[in-house]
Amino acid sequence: MDYGLDTKSTRLKTFNTIFIITWLLIACFPFIWTFWGSFKVRADFFSRSDWWYAISAFNTLVETGGKFTNNAYTEAWTEGEFWKASKNTIIVTVFVVSISLFLGTLGAYALSRSTEKYAFWILMIALIFRAMPHITLVSGYLFPFFELQIWGILPTTIVVLVAINQPFTLWLLYSFFKTVPKELDESALIDGCSYFQAFRHIIMPVMWPGVITAGLFSLMLAYNDFTVTALLLNQENHTMVPKIQSYLGTNQHEGNLMWAVSAVVSATAPLFMLVMFFQRQVISGLTAGAVKG
Amino acid sequence: MPNKTFFWFFLPTGLAMILFIGLPIISTGIQSFYAQHDQVVKEVKKCDPFGCTVSIVVDNEETTKIRDAKPLGKFNGFGTYIDRNHLAVDEIKKFWNETESFGAFVDQVTNLPFYKALIFTLTYCLFVTPNVLLLGFIIALSLNAVARKIRGPLIFGTILPMIVTPLVGSLVLFWMIDSQGIIGANIQNLMNDPYLSLKSSKTLTWITIIIYGIWHHSPFAFVVFYAALQTVPQEPIEAAIIDGASRLQRIKHIVLPHIYPVVTFVALISLMDNFRVFEPIIGFSAEGSAQSLSWLIYDNLVNEEVILFGSAAATSMMTIIGIAILLAPVLIRTWKEFKTAR
Repeated sequence: MDYGLDTKSTRLKTFNTIFIITWLLIACFPFIWTFWGSFKVRADFFSRSDWWYAISAFNTLVETGGKFTNNAYTEAWTEGEFWKASKNTIIVTVFVVSISLFLGTLGAYALSRSTEKYAFWILMIALIFRAMPHITLVSGYLFPFFELQIWGILPTTIVVLVAINQPFTLWLLYSFFKTVPKELDESALIDGCSYFQAFRHIIMPVMWPGVITAGLFSLMLAYNDFTVTALLLNQENHTMVPKIQSYLGTNQHEGNLMWAVSAVVSATAPLFMLVMFFQRQVISGLTAGAVKG
Repeated sequence: MPNKTFFWFFLPTGLAMILFIGLPIISTGIQSFYAQHDQVVKEVKKCDPFGCTVSIVVDNEETTKIRDAKPLGKFNGFGTYIDRNHLAVDEIKKFWNETESFGAFVDQVTNLPFYKALIFTLTYCLFVTPNVLLLGFIIALSLNAVARKIRGPLIFGTILPMIVTPLVGSLVLFWMIDSQGIIGANIQNLMNDPYLSLKSSKTLTWITIIIYGIWHHSPFAFVVFYAALQTVPQEPIEAAIIDGASRLQRIKHIVLPHIYPVVTFVALISLMDNFRVFEPIIGFSAEGSAQSLSWLIYDNLVNEEVILFGSAAATSMMTIIGIAILLAPVLIRTWKEFKTAR
């Protein structure tokens, strides 16, 4: 926003710059620091004696002979079986994104073209469902899943994540389809198309911007989920986030903190790349429901 | 759209939501009225040269038999809701009669697990939500004033804390704030207190988790406010400048009223998200001094010996009621708008 008449004082400008730099430091430095530390040994990054070791890499030099080491990465990916966790994450993410987009576009299209009262109520119920803490749903799943013996496997988790994701996807795509003019598919209907044909040939070609945004959010949900994956998957099928938690160790067994550090970096890097490429879509998605109404 | 077409279009997503959101809520409700079976015990007489002793041991075979016959557990009615780990009705009555002063009574009650968790959850919501709104708004205003060219990377940097999962976000901060991390060690040096650490004090833990919450949620408020700021009309602002309104006055009388609906939206979403706080407690390993409602449920579900379905379900139901209370004003307002719109 450039105010034509608005001249800022130099003092305000300096203050503003300082504020932004401070905030960016607070927002980004923890990630930079973790990335830096992941190439050190534990005695440096979690130094009992002197925090400066994390920078001077005193112990790393002693233990490995270099200032940087990728031991944490190699060990976590092989010995710690992080490769398995990332494989599971990829499977879960791919299926969750594609299924929830398929269900979501159909449902949201119907909602946006319906003039009936129940469409409003469905959207309201979806809003209530969106507010449910995931852990309360999980406490509802566990018992039936044990009884049906479908606990612990990937397909169950995928279906659950798709369902949990539907309310948000529906709202997002609903507000997107509202911006696609009705006349577009109505003219197709007059020409003798069925609703499904109108959807397939008229709407699908123009809906990609909305679908990409919705897809990104499904992806972030599936990729980032801890509550559902930690409790619904068995040890063997754990995805990345519960795996990271298992590296932290518990009261019973000692964890391996450096594995956790390198795993955090490995898990976060692809996400950051993705958001860098699709920043515009992420922001438009976050504001879709808000700014318009 | 005809009802029949609507039905077929909506069927898949509707089915998914009914099966995996609607039914689990009902399932939670049913489970909350049951409690796990007691273990069957038997007396075992053990004799050695020095005499006989009778000891009570768990009869595993019998216990498994009962569990298999009735996997849901025994019917408990509202028993789970009012036991010591939940609403603790009896304990509160006892405290009320026994304690001398009101302060002591409150002290006792807030030591009960459920109330302890409730208080933490509410404190967290109460401190995080307003600060998130404030910080998000200030960042949005501030970024809105820099040159358009460099905004892209700045926005990317700003939203980083939001896109990582809460567990990773809290871990990354914890590793710095912990006594062996860069910030923790420096604070120790500064305060000249080698024993100062996050875990040593309850207040410190709470403050850290609240700061984490603000750090994690502010970007969301920022993004929404930033987008809303782009829609603020220019004419009234220019008119206000000509009339000699100061920057603060312009924000107060033109910008804020314009983005007001968005503020309520952000407040609602972040309140809902804050109410379910739980991953940071694991990330900060703060179970000892900070427990939230969601964490209580999680703790019941990962119980090593027997999963406490009934106990988790009862806490879940009460959490859902809490969410309903939070959402009620919004739902009522939307319903009124909907009615007048027709």
